[in-house]
Amino acid sequence: MSNQHTIAVRCKGVTKTYGSGDTQVHALSGIDLDVYAGEHMMLVGPSGSGKTTLISIIAGVLDRDHGECSVFDHDFNAMGHNEKTRFRGQNIGFVFQLFNLIPTLTAAENVAVPLLINGVKQSKALQKAREMLHRVGLGNRTFSLPEELSGGQQQRVAIARAIVHDPRLIVCDEPTSALDHETGHKIMEILRTIATDNGKVLIVVTHDARIFEFADRIAEMDDGRITLITDPHHYVLDKKKK
Amino acid sequence: MNFIAIKMLIGNRAKYFGIILGLTFASLLITQQSSIFLGLMTRTYGFLTDTSLPDIWVMDPKVQYVDDIKPLKETESIRVRSVEGVEWAVPLYKGLLKARLPNGTFQACNVIGLDDESLIGGPPVMSQGRLSNLRGSDAIIVDSVGARGKLATVSPDGKRVPLTIGDTMELNDHRAVVVGICEVQRTFQSQPVVYTTFSRATIFAPRERKLMSFVLVKAKPGQDHKVLCQRIQQATGLAAYTKDEFRALTVKYYMKYTGIPINFGITVVLGFIVGIAIAGQTFHNFTLDNIRYFGTLKAMGASDGTLIRMILLQASVVGSIGYGVGVGIASFLGLVSGNTELAFQLPWQLLLFSAIAVMVICAASAVVSMRKVIKLEPAIVFKT
Ligand SMILES: Nc1ncnc2c1ncn2[C@@H]1O[C@H](COP(=O)(O)OP(=O)(O)OP(=O)(O)O)[C@@H](O)[C@H]1O
Ligand SMILES: [Mg+2]
Repeated sequence: MSNQHTIAVRCKGVTKTYGSGDTQVHALSGIDLDVYAGEHMMLVGPSGSGKTTLISIIAGVLDRDHGECSVFDHDFNAMGHNEKTRFRGQNIGFVFQLFNLIPTLTAAENVAVPLLINGVKQSKALQKAREMLHRVGLGNRTFSLPEELSGGQQQRVAIARAIVHDPRLIVCDEPTSALDHETGHKIMEILRTIATDNGKVLIVVTHDARIFEFADRIAEMDDGRITLITDPHHYVLDKKKK
Repeated sequence: MNFIAIKMLIGNRAKYFGIILGLTFASLLITQQSSIFLGLMTRTYGFLTDTSLPDIWVMDPKVQYVDDIKPLKETESIRVRSVEGVEWAVPLYKGLLKARLPNGTFQACNVIGLDDESLIGGPPVMSQGRLSNLRGSDAIIVDSVGARGKLATVSPDGKRVPLTIGDTMELNDHRAVVVGICEVQRTFQSQPVVYTTFSRATIFAPRERKLMSFVLVKAKPGQDHKVLCQRIQQATGLAAYTKDEFRALTVKYYMKYTGIPINFGITVVLGFIVGIAIAGQTFHNFTLDNIRYFGTLKAMGASDGTLIRMILLQASVVGSIGYGVGVGIASFLGLVSGNTELAFQLPWQLLLFSAIAVMVICAASAVVSMRKVIKLEPAIVFKT
């Protein structure tokens, strides 16, 4: 891969504190992390270690307190509110633990939403959405409502939605933790095949050790810091030793 | 994003119908109650609507509304007639007199005495007989509602027999013969209306020095009515109003001295509040139900403007449907009650008024929801 060493996401000394006074929580206390174009990075670590906070900052839905953070050489802090929103709409795809599909829209309509947000005409957006559902193996469920689909199918719809507008960065928070092992595996396979082509960056937050093998690199977090960055093979060996 | 907004709204059946129900209720209540109020106000000057020929009404300066009779001397009509710009001026008697029905019962009647020569001020519609029949001796014309109702006699077998042409009755111990049946506007006075000539009315009425109620005036062609009113006032010391002014004076009296406007006002305000309470609350709940999805849209790049447009569209859809159904039901009720005692007037101004009221309710609801959505942190999407 030619762009293997282009840095797509760069964080330096990022801090984030929630609340103030006695209830203050230091969620991130100085994060240094580079993610390369075309890379599949996993963030792991115990509950409360700051994983969600970190991808929220990287995805531009949360403001950092200090430090530097740029995504494709764009710094969210340097953007206005509307510019930031537009940047997210064009460059970032989201996958959530509980899918967040709009319950009254069909699968195809849900997938079409990012295109509609970016101003694509309805008929064209729906056509593209159906194509994308085909690619995740749900070509025959385009008219189904979320409640008519299994959890794994809903997450496939969500993945189709996350990539339909061809974003450069896809962030996933616990994409498999609401699914059984086998389904989770399938989801990760789909993510691997369609989410990291063309130098796309995939950042996945997970607790699920059974999907570690899908990562290019794993960053382990603890108490608001990154404690280890390694490849999955070494990470698993390392854990077994301890 | 418009169809997304609509599908989010309609997909949530219970809330969707709840909001529409609230708005329908508000629009129905506001429209229907205001219509009845307007209808009642129209009735206050029903007699003025019936007596449409004169341009100007001259009366005692203390008169406050059309049924407030303060008698004048008969000679005043001659003085009015001599004012420059007056085409004609005729006397009118209006008063409550006691009628004795053939079966011996008494009934108060609203007796109108018309100028003997011209019979100006007669009923607008004659359903039986002719106005000129009043020239016959002891002649009177009664209104059809009175003839069928309070003036009807009850036969021994319990049937109501309406008063008809040729029947007689007694007005203040004077014989009166029915020579015609007329139609009049409903007024606030529920008594039967009896038309006769001025001189006969003065015979029916108890002997008093002053017996004339109004002088009815027609202005010469091209004569400004307001200017003529001033001239009559200056010349006679009496009050003179154009018919529009007298109508307004009457309405104003009822507005000011009766509880009617307050009563209806309270109901209309209540409809408004109930509308805000039900529709606004449900709309707010609908937005809260969807807050996670609004957050998701926001994270995925939907601008504040887009989200505001979505909410405004949702509010306008429920607003239009609720308004339409409410006004529809109100008009239907008005149509059904068209031939009953119920007063009902639904002019376009009132349709506009309830449209604005419903719009305000929707706008208020939408603003609350919009604030919620704009303040929403997109970071909530990662919260489980
Ligand atoms: N909105 C908030 N207000 C206050 N504290 C918060 C908020 N969000 C997170 N925190 C705190 O910040 C710390 C990091 O939270 P974060 O959600 O990033 O952890 P996480 O690694 O994603 O945990 P999990 O694996 O349980 O999802 C935790 O101590 C959490 O309680
Ligand atoms: Mg988390």
